[in-house]
Amino acid sequence: MEKGSKKGKSRRGRERAIRFVFFGVALASIATLGLIALFLFVEGLPILGKVSVTDFVFGKFWYPTDEPPDFGIFPLIMGSVCVTAVSSVISIPLGVMTALYLAECASARGREWVKPIVELLASLPSVVIGFFGMVIVAPFLQEILDIPTGLNLFNASLMLAFMSIPTICSLSEDAIFSVPTELKEASLALGATHWETIARVILPASISGISTAVILGMSRAMGETMVVLMVAGGAAMIPTSLFDPVRPMPASIAAEMAEAPFQGDHYYALFAIAIVLFLFTLAFNLVAEHISNKYRQVGAATL
Amino acid sequence: MKIKGIAIMAFLVAGLFAANMAWAGKIVIKGSTTVLPIAQKVAEAYMKQNPDIKISISGGGSGNGIKALIDGSTDIADSSRFIKGKEIKLALKKGAYPVPFAVAYDCIVPVVHPSNSIVNITMAQLKDIYMGKIKNWKELGGPDRPVVVISRDTSSGTYEVWSKKVMAKKRVYPGALLQASNGTIVQTVSKNKNAIGYIGIGYMNKDVKPLMVNRIVGSAATTLNGTYPISRPLFMFTPGWPKGDVLNFINFVINPNKGQKYVAEAGFVPLY
Repeated sequence: MEKGSKKGKSRRGRERAIRFVFFGVALASIATLGLIALFLFVEGLPILGKVSVTDFVFGKFWYPTDEPPDFGIFPLIMGSVCVTAVSSVISIPLGVMTALYLAECASARGREWVKPIVELLASLPSVVIGFFGMVIVAPFLQEILDIPTGLNLFNASLMLAFMSIPTICSLSEDAIFSVPTELKEASLALGATHWETIARVILPASISGISTAVILGMSRAMGETMVVLMVAGGAAMIPTSLFDPVRPMPASIAAEMAEAPFQGDHYYALFAIAIVLFLFTLAFNLVAEHISNKYRQVGAATL
Repeated sequence: MKIKGIAIMAFLVAGLFAANMAWAGKIVIKGSTTVLPIAQKVAEAYMKQNPDIKISISGGGSGNGIKALIDGSTDIADSSRFIKGKEIKLALKKGAYPVPFAVAYDCIVPVVHPSNSIVNITMAQLKDIYMGKIKNWKELGGPDRPVVVISRDTSSGTYEVWSKKVMAKKRVYPGALLQASNGTIVQTVSKNKNAIGYIGIGYMNKDVKPLMVNRIVGSAATTLNGTYPISRPLFMFTPGWPKGDVLNFINFVINPNKGQKYVAEAGFVPLY
């Protein structure tokens, strides 16, 4: 190898070239993300010349076009947080239990049927889910529960749960599936029932993977735009009940950007909301990354 | 190779600059979604009569239209509001002198669910509803049901008119449901028997019930004679006094026997 024939050299050269190409490709996506983040900050930070960070983040009124305007996004943040929280309450049990069923209980045929259907749910365009929530679920909720409007926090959370279930389910299933068979067999050999094995061995062994799945599902719910724009009701107030209309951050950006005067205060404020949203989802992803690294299941020994 | 590359670059750059100016035979229109149906109908008719002219139209909102006018990427900007002071300053800085043409009138009508028994509402009542002071229909002599207030996004041109004419600069209360378009307001109101919303008269259909305002029916006649209180002019802006194809088109739009016919067809109120 040290001397290397001519052929060997050209092979090494090609190897290096290929490595370079792949490095470039990987760099391109990182550079894109970097540029987007840079652009967000360049377009969003000027608003801090008009309002302080505390007034912006904790201000209770969002009236960007009034004279004088109010740029308080606390109701929008609360909208996003509440919608994400309620949707997680619905989607986490459903997603994780579906994953457990698929990985542990389902017969080969059942798996063949359920899995593609859950994955199909992931490929439904969000505007379709939003339309469904707006035209069918909203009047239904209003009728059944006798509430003023069906376009509210609960409806939006329900629709978002539909969207995050496939993410949570398929990632959790991978985690559960990758629990070593020895563990399961050992548990069964010790006389544990199937349920005891699932609850005490398989779930703890795959908890890091499941947590990652849950957090990624939540970050999807937080960033989702079309559904909350169509279904959440769009009232910029801090919700006091499950059936209050809310206005999550992405909905505000999507609804107002088209009409905001270019490089006016409103425009900067919308970009600043985007920064907040970006920080939220970034935090979610960092936590997911941290959990999956810290509690990584390596072989059968680390349990 | 290098020279060729530079030549291509130069060509591209020249192309970019040229795209900023009006191409002979091509007119670009951008802006308000309220004006969009008018622009579409009129442009269709115009292109039929002048097959060598190509008109491309897109929506995106009044703000975006004026934005495009300022940065030179459109020949005509549709707007459902007059241009703002800040925008004029920006335009002048970039060398564009915006010229307004009123092309039609819009008449904004409060609408409720067809099952609602209310037929008339006063401006003061509308204001109280949108400030969150009136919370039940029975306060207006209607059924004992909560009022669900539906408004447009605070950046839409329709909201601006509503806030100026009805709210008299008072704020729409935070509990109002904000919708992004006239269409979704019709959709939401038609699905909710507690709801009240407001839409441009062009979007009126039988799924929702229009209310009289101060005992005046919102219509073309009451808009033009000035008795209907919630109406506004709609504009097309050009960067500088229009020339050539753009001038011909604008003349077509405001001609009572040509473009204005289609304004009425699109559901708006013609100028004459």
